[in-house]
Amino acid sequence: MERRVYTPHSNIRKPWVMVREMARDIRKGNDLAKRLTIRDIKALYRQSFLGILWAFILPLANTLVWVFLNNSGIVSMGETDIPYPIYVFSGTMIWAIFMESMQAPIEKTTQNKSILAKVNFPREALIVAGIYQGLFNAGVKAIILIVALAIMGYFSGWTLLLFPIGVISLVLAGTAIGLVLTPLGMLYTDISKAIPLVMQFLMYTTPVVYAIPKEGLSSQIVRLNPITPLIMTTRDWLTGMQPEFLNGFLWMNLIVVVLLAIMLVAYRLAMPILIERMNA
Amino acid sequence: MSKEVLVRVENVSKKFCRDLKTSLWYGVKDLTGELLGGRQGQSELRPKEFWAVKDVSFELRRGECLGLIGRNGAGKSTLLKMLNGLIKPDTGRITMDGRVGALIELGSGFNPILTGRENIYNNGSVLGISKKEIDKVIDEIIAFSEIEKFIDSPVAYYSSGMKVRLGFSVAVHMKPDVLILDEVLAVGDSGFKIKSFNKINEMMKNAAVIFVSHSMPNVAIISNKILLMEYGQMEFHGEDVSTGIDKYFDHFGGNDPKVEFDEFAQVEEVTVASSEKYLNLEGMPAVDYQDDLKVGIRVKVDPSIDWFHVKVQLTDKDLKIVGIYDSFQFQEPIQNDKEIHDLLAVIPNCIFINGEYSVTIFIQQRDMILKKWNLLGLYRYWTKFRVKASDALGYVPAVVYLPGRIEFSKELADGKSEIKKESNS
Repeated sequence: MERRVYTPHSNIRKPWVMVREMARDIRKGNDLAKRLTIRDIKALYRQSFLGILWAFILPLANTLVWVFLNNSGIVSMGETDIPYPIYVFSGTMIWAIFMESMQAPIEKTTQNKSILAKVNFPREALIVAGIYQGLFNAGVKAIILIVALAIMGYFSGWTLLLFPIGVISLVLAGTAIGLVLTPLGMLYTDISKAIPLVMQFLMYTTPVVYAIPKEGLSSQIVRLNPITPLIMTTRDWLTGMQPEFLNGFLWMNLIVVVLLAIMLVAYRLAMPILIERMNA
Repeated sequence: MSKEVLVRVENVSKKFCRDLKTSLWYGVKDLTGELLGGRQGQSELRPKEFWAVKDVSFELRRGECLGLIGRNGAGKSTLLKMLNGLIKPDTGRITMDGRVGALIELGSGFNPILTGRENIYNNGSVLGISKKEIDKVIDEIIAFSEIEKFIDSPVAYYSSGMKVRLGFSVAVHMKPDVLILDEVLAVGDSGFKIKSFNKINEMMKNAAVIFVSHSMPNVAIISNKILLMEYGQMEFHGEDVSTGIDKYFDHFGGNDPKVEFDEFAQVEEVTVASSEKYLNLEGMPAVDYQDDLKVGIRVKVDPSIDWFHVKVQLTDKDLKIVGIYDSFQFQEPIQNDKEIHDLLAVIPNCIFINGEYSVTIFIQQRDMILKKWNLLGLYRYWTKFRVKASDALGYVPAVVYLPGRIEFSKELADGKSEIKKESNS
């Protein structure tokens, strides 16, 4: 028979017990995560007329704005290897994948506050559900992107097969960073209020709507930005360019996997304390 | 003989913070402690903290039902949250064996836009039960909840009673070893309540049940152990359910005397005569079981009133009206021929159960033409008395102990055949 022991001591003091329990909960939670994903995706589109089209309406609108700004000469986006509209459209779509995944952990935890406070279930399921949903949304965007590129008469070739790897990396990276912010974000709303601001800043230091400057301080900042290799490599695979940041991409993936593992443990440890303070 | 212990709670305490901002800051500190591994039991209060649960210990075996009672804010729900692993204790240790099913709030796991059926599966997987297992019992769940017609409609359209039916039905069909029920049956109608109690009784053979309720009759019916909490501490714990419930009622002095109406009649004093054998007892008057209840009333009635009646209403500690005596039913009105009336209402054969009762006095007048009552004076809970029956009986979920005797008859008495008494000699 299953036994559960609750004491005030930090569970980290018995790492083996904790890891064993976590493995069990993630296994048990997978079924739940699938249900939660289906539930949330259904809920997302049930009361919407345009439904899934929203996945590309916003990036499309964004693209049009940037294309207009670029063509009118108000701002100069630099020389891109591929036609600028394709560059900016794929950039904003890929950026949206990353950003949505980053917001998922806080969003999921907040949405499920009341269940968290009343039912004991594997908490990891929420995060896994967030990843599933992120992958689903990313898949929709990826298909739209490929179709849109094909309509514009652009086909990149075999590197398209690597594109999903980039998408998965983006979803995992977003989730890992989002998880870092979740524990504090559940206590103080300041975190979720600051996220859009920081994200905007982050977007302009990532080559999403403009090409990487050839030289200067801005060039260095963009190159040092850890998100740059993820975005650039994913886009290069999509558009069939030679990935310039492949090394950085591989390193980032390694870091993301380690960070994700650490943060899943932290999330699990933090939950009882957060529930106590959340007053849900 | 005794079955295995499923729930073991040892010196468990939990503190909460009164102030939100401070609470959040403590949250950050606890979080850091937890993540760095330094967090241990904290038996000291930090500023602005208080003990929501303090030093609670008990054990519960398979086959036992613990009635967890106490006033609002006594720490019951906090204790349940710790038992269910939602929050961690600050001191002590909790060991739970087996599958835990908890119904802390009705329909807490339900998603309003999904149908009842979809929610059963969702709820099941939240509780850690696979689809296959649910497939096996889903018909039973739906049948027990009696909402077959609505099972494929969204839960948003359910009434709260329907939600509790579904929630309870899911929880009990998951075959938990430990079942935690927090005041969930309050919403169900009486038919469903009876069914639920029978189900809990049936489950108790194989499970340990923790039952939180403010309805003492329900607690008395179902529990075989009681834990009374007050200000986070254990005030009473034991198998003597009726004593626990008596102690719970002792916390409510809330029925304070109150003059509700005194325009035409002023009650100056109300007394209850103690039975002879309790004359030396301190405190409120005590009436022996089956003695006469004698209520003395000194009343001044406005001279403009010619005739009046007296009504005596008796209330128990739960503020339930247990009996009414109305002089109108038995005699002519009392003539208002003097300034002060000293009246004695004699109510024969007091058979109420053990406990404390309050006396409310109505002075009223019958308008024979309009056929209605005119209130002259109303003195609520004006005095209190105690009924003493055999202590061994204690609290029962009833209003009176019925008097009676057992006779030996030759055949089943059905009203037609003559009852023949068997002589003892």
